[in-house]
Amino acid sequence: MTEEIIIAGFGGQGVLSMGKILAYSGIMQDKEVSWMPSYGPEMRGGTANVTVIVSDERVCSPILNAFDTAVILNQQSLDKFESKVKPGGYLLYDPNGITHNPTRKDIHIYSIEGAQLASDMGNAKVFNMIILGAFLKIRPIIDNKNVEEGLRHSLPERAHKLIPLNMQAVQVGMDNVKEA
Amino acid sequence: MGELKLMKGNEALAEAAIRYGADAYFGYPITPQSEVIEYLSEQNPYERTGMVVLQAESEVAAINMIYAAGAAGKRVMTSSSSPGISLKQEGITYIAGAEIPCVYADVVRGGPGLGTIQPSQADYFQACKGGGHGDYHQIVLAPASVQEMADFVALGFDLAFQYRIATCILSDGAIGQMMEKVVLPDQKPRMTEEEIKAKYPWATTGRKRGTPHRIITSLDLDSNRMEQHNRHLQEKYKEIAEKETRFEEIQCDDAEYVIVAYGSSARIAQKTIQLGRAEGMKIGLLRPITLWPFPTKAIEALIAKGVKGFLSLELSCGQMIEDVKLACNGRAKAEHFGRVGGIIHTPEEVLEAMKKQIIGE
Repeated sequence: MTEEIIIAGFGGQGVLSMGKILAYSGIMQDKEVSWMPSYGPEMRGGTANVTVIVSDERVCSPILNAFDTAVILNQQSLDKFESKVKPGGYLLYDPNGITHNPTRKDIHIYSIEGAQLASDMGNAKVFNMIILGAFLKIRPIIDNKNVEEGLRHSLPERAHKLIPLNMQAVQVGMDNVKEA
Repeated sequence: MGELKLMKGNEALAEAAIRYGADAYFGYPITPQSEVIEYLSEQNPYERTGMVVLQAESEVAAINMIYAAGAAGKRVMTSSSSPGISLKQEGITYIAGAEIPCVYADVVRGGPGLGTIQPSQADYFQACKGGGHGDYHQIVLAPASVQEMADFVALGFDLAFQYRIATCILSDGAIGQMMEKVVLPDQKPRMTEEEIKAKYPWATTGRKRGTPHRIITSLDLDSNRMEQHNRHLQEKYKEIAEKETRFEEIQCDDAEYVIVAYGSSARIAQKTIQLGRAEGMKIGLLRPITLWPFPTKAIEALIAKGVKGFLSLELSCGQMIEDVKLACNGRAKAEHFGRVGGIIHTPEEVLEAMKKQIIGE
């Protein structure tokens, strides 16, 4: 199993930390992982993206041009990465702020109202965990208990009291993702 | 044994220095390696092991602090990125002349000049062919993973002290900034003053009355002695080249064509090999781990086994290709491919280059 994922959105949406939690959760499930932040001219203009690879084998290139799954959190990222999903791959997006919907017919497209659901939960900060839950529902590559372990390792100790809230957000994401 | 963590390459390098029992780190921040000094400052290793971490007033000051502490037999490290490493070159050639062991990391960014903060491998010449003046070399280790960023600190110090030479850990912005799984070694104690005195008879550890002076300098105005000193350095470099050349071969057993790549380019090349093999191409990867000494004999052996062509893949306009061509010496085709300016080649375009430039259609 090798899952090559791009997570892309605005800076501040928790893109990089979602990727980090996903990578740590992968480690907890005895996977090989890599986390490569956008580190190019593309990061100018407030967009942030991270390539995460979770695999049973040693990860070769941490930098990729084609992905099994794209997690898209704004229009610019959709414009940029829709074409980079491998045929038969997955695209998960939050329709909030999206003006042109994805159009590809050769990939599986799912949506999650992450911003709305986070607002309903009364905590905008759990947005990225809702997205993570939605991702794990359509790509069940990591068990929930390992996500919880991943959180324990990636959050500083003082934030550990927030783990139940984060796991609740993961569940909300799992329950609300739908095929677009 | 060891502790499993998810870390950035820069953080792994810093933590590995603490755990190796390094005595001091002197540095000055610059993107994309500022996490080294940030991590060290946050960890406060003085409380953990007594290791000193100091932000110097400049790169020039930092490298001269390395010179002094290394001369006293201490295990000292600095790090910077390309423009900062250029500033350190005077100190680095003095260190080579005075035979001071030390480790420095260069997390390379694009140049020339201030260039860009994005990854690059355009400082191969500077690291391997002498960025400073004089006939000198240093050991250049090229990590291709976060694990190697950590592992090469210990290897770098071991080699530096065995040969009284500087070891350069030459990585780039991609390896420095990415996070991967890393198994950290257990904490080693720092060497005591007594241990240093007993182990390093050359170190300036303080002179007792009636004992001879120990002088650490790169200056000698007696030409005969200076020639001898140069000959001695060359003998040392020859011994290192014979004993310490390191490389990794991936899928080279049946390869007809081979990509030569180090660091982040070697990671990308591995994906290219997957893609090429899926198309039935017999391609492999030769990954130099030491850039100096360069694995010339490995290339010669591959040619003897029937490899017809080599693609030197670098994030530069073509530097390592010179060493690849020297190793081929006309016996096999050798070409360069690489993106620059902070753009990183994709596995797909490397495969295209392989087909066009090396295999031919």
